[in-house]
Amino acid sequence: MAGSPVQMTGTVLTTRRVDAYHALTVVAPGIADRFRPGHFVTVAAGGRDTSMLTRRALTVHDVKPDYGGTVELVFAVRGAGTAWLAEVKARDTLDLVGPLGRPFPLPRDPCTCVLVGGEYGSASLFALGDALQTRGCRIDFVLGATTAERVFGALRARRMGETTTLTTEDGSLGMRGKVTDVLPGVIADARADVVYACGPMAMLRGVTAVAVEFGIPVQVAVEEHMACGIGVCMTCVVPVIGEDGVTRMLRACVEGPVFRGERVRFDDVGTIPFDALGAPGGRNV
Amino acid sequence: MELPNPVLTAAGCGGTGRELAQFFDVARLGAFVTRSITMAPRAGRPTPRMAETPSGLLNAVGLQGPGVEAFLERELPWLAERGARTIVSVGGGTVAEFTALSRRLADAPGITAVEVNLSCPNVEDRGRMFARDGSAAAEVVASVRAAIRYDVPVIAKLSPDVADIVAVARSCVDGGADALAMINTPAGMSIDVDAMRPTLAAGAGGLSGPAVRPLAVRCVWQAHAALPGVPIIGMGGVTTGRDALELILAGACAVAVGTATFHDPYACPRILRELEELLTERGFDRLADAVGLAHRPAGTGPRGRTDLEESSL
Repeated sequence: MAGSPVQMTGTVLTTRRVDAYHALTVVAPGIADRFRPGHFVTVAAGGRDTSMLTRRALTVHDVKPDYGGTVELVFAVRGAGTAWLAEVKARDTLDLVGPLGRPFPLPRDPCTCVLVGGEYGSASLFALGDALQTRGCRIDFVLGATTAERVFGALRARRMGETTTLTTEDGSLGMRGKVTDVLPGVIADARADVVYACGPMAMLRGVTAVAVEFGIPVQVAVEEHMACGIGVCMTCVVPVIGEDGVTRMLRACVEGPVFRGERVRFDDVGTIPFDALGAPGGRNV
Repeated sequence: MELPNPVLTAAGCGGTGRELAQFFDVARLGAFVTRSITMAPRAGRPTPRMAETPSGLLNAVGLQGPGVEAFLERELPWLAERGARTIVSVGGGTVAEFTALSRRLADAPGITAVEVNLSCPNVEDRGRMFARDGSAAAEVVASVRAAIRYDVPVIAKLSPDVADIVAVARSCVDGGADALAMINTPAGMSIDVDAMRPTLAAGAGGLSGPAVRPLAVRCVWQAHAALPGVPIIGMGGVTTGRDALELILAGACAVAVGTATFHDPYACPRILRELEELLTERGFDRLADAVGLAHRPAGTGPRGRTDLEESSL
């Protein structure tokens, strides 16, 4: 299997702060070789004999061929595990598993794509942008966050994208507001054929609504809490409508993290919809 | 039942087997224990289903699964094809459901044993789990034993959330259990202090990981002391070969690995290798010689015992 994940001990090459976020570049040839845009990587936090049993799923910002293959992982400090990762130094080693998940599907023919990123979700869009541009696609970026230092990758987006529109909720960078406020204009101006999005669930929900309004396909990469990242713990489930019209609780780590936006029941995330397959007292039992 | 090695997956911790097969050959496991299979498909509990606690993991997945028909059609044949020995965990809300499920499994080829998940809520007893009461547990075990082919062992999986685990274990054996598996996750809870709400959507969940290992060792110890002839599969926080040996010395003849797999996809083959190394280092020719060895009276050497049970499952 080409996309089959591997576990490896990677040496940290560099660490850096990127505004409100942390980035670690790790030597991981086996993961870099297999990586496709949209894939993620999990790391074990806390070192040997750690008391933290779940792996942390991290976004891959960049994959480079140096040292046989490196991956740059981007994360925000949200708890004890990510706080430990933020303290990792160059030459430390990390236990990595990846690449994991289903990558973004790419269009067969050149088309115009709008890439929407919220918070550090934008990190996963640059590898995607490269892949799309290699296929002759035009790409336009819309990146947003609550404040300026939480917008990830604005500079790189400006270099790569045909256009780049930034939004912050406090108006400290770009337009004041949310990505969904400016997205209709960007789609219309670019005459976009497809939207790709990665970020918080509420943003993905808004982006999907806009794309549906325009009648264009939307691919979203969801962020759900995971324990294992390999499909065995069953904790990262999201209600998703299948080809057959039946809603199933799908694992974000293996059936996702990329889903067709209009198939995800955003309003029902965090619940078991009554009509989901196997819902308590539901019709489909 | 003879298994080629004593390391199994714990129920509900190995997916369908396909997920782990990306990392190692599932035929290298002593046996693959499935998630608890139910009669009908189940969507499980809402999210968040998981919370990390110190050296532990709380979960409330709610037995999400595709139901027995899809299991027999898509999952069991795949495991058989891969050469895995499959122990099917079964779950239900009533004795009748366990009976129906066992009948459905009775003719299926490729089942090495059936493990009865007695921690399911008994809908006829205000949702209290079968495992809390010896007679309710025995009734379920007997119903499964009656439906499953005589040469397929039935394993009763016990909960530590009981006043007297030995009494429940004895009832299950009297009800026809060929072996015991312990422990299922004890109930626990965590509260998100920032949100001031329970962390799990379900409120409480099952606690697993090294945090519960002493509880598992105590349960296995007590059951082995009271029922030395009954094979025990030990589980609860096994993360290394040393942890596995601890449960074996307490009286388990096989160990299951659960939460460790979430942290390390290779946990099962790694723990087996570490266990084999430890046994060799200590001069054991056979695993059976180590089973329950910690029970020997103080002052006696680790060798030369003649009264050990030959506890192949």
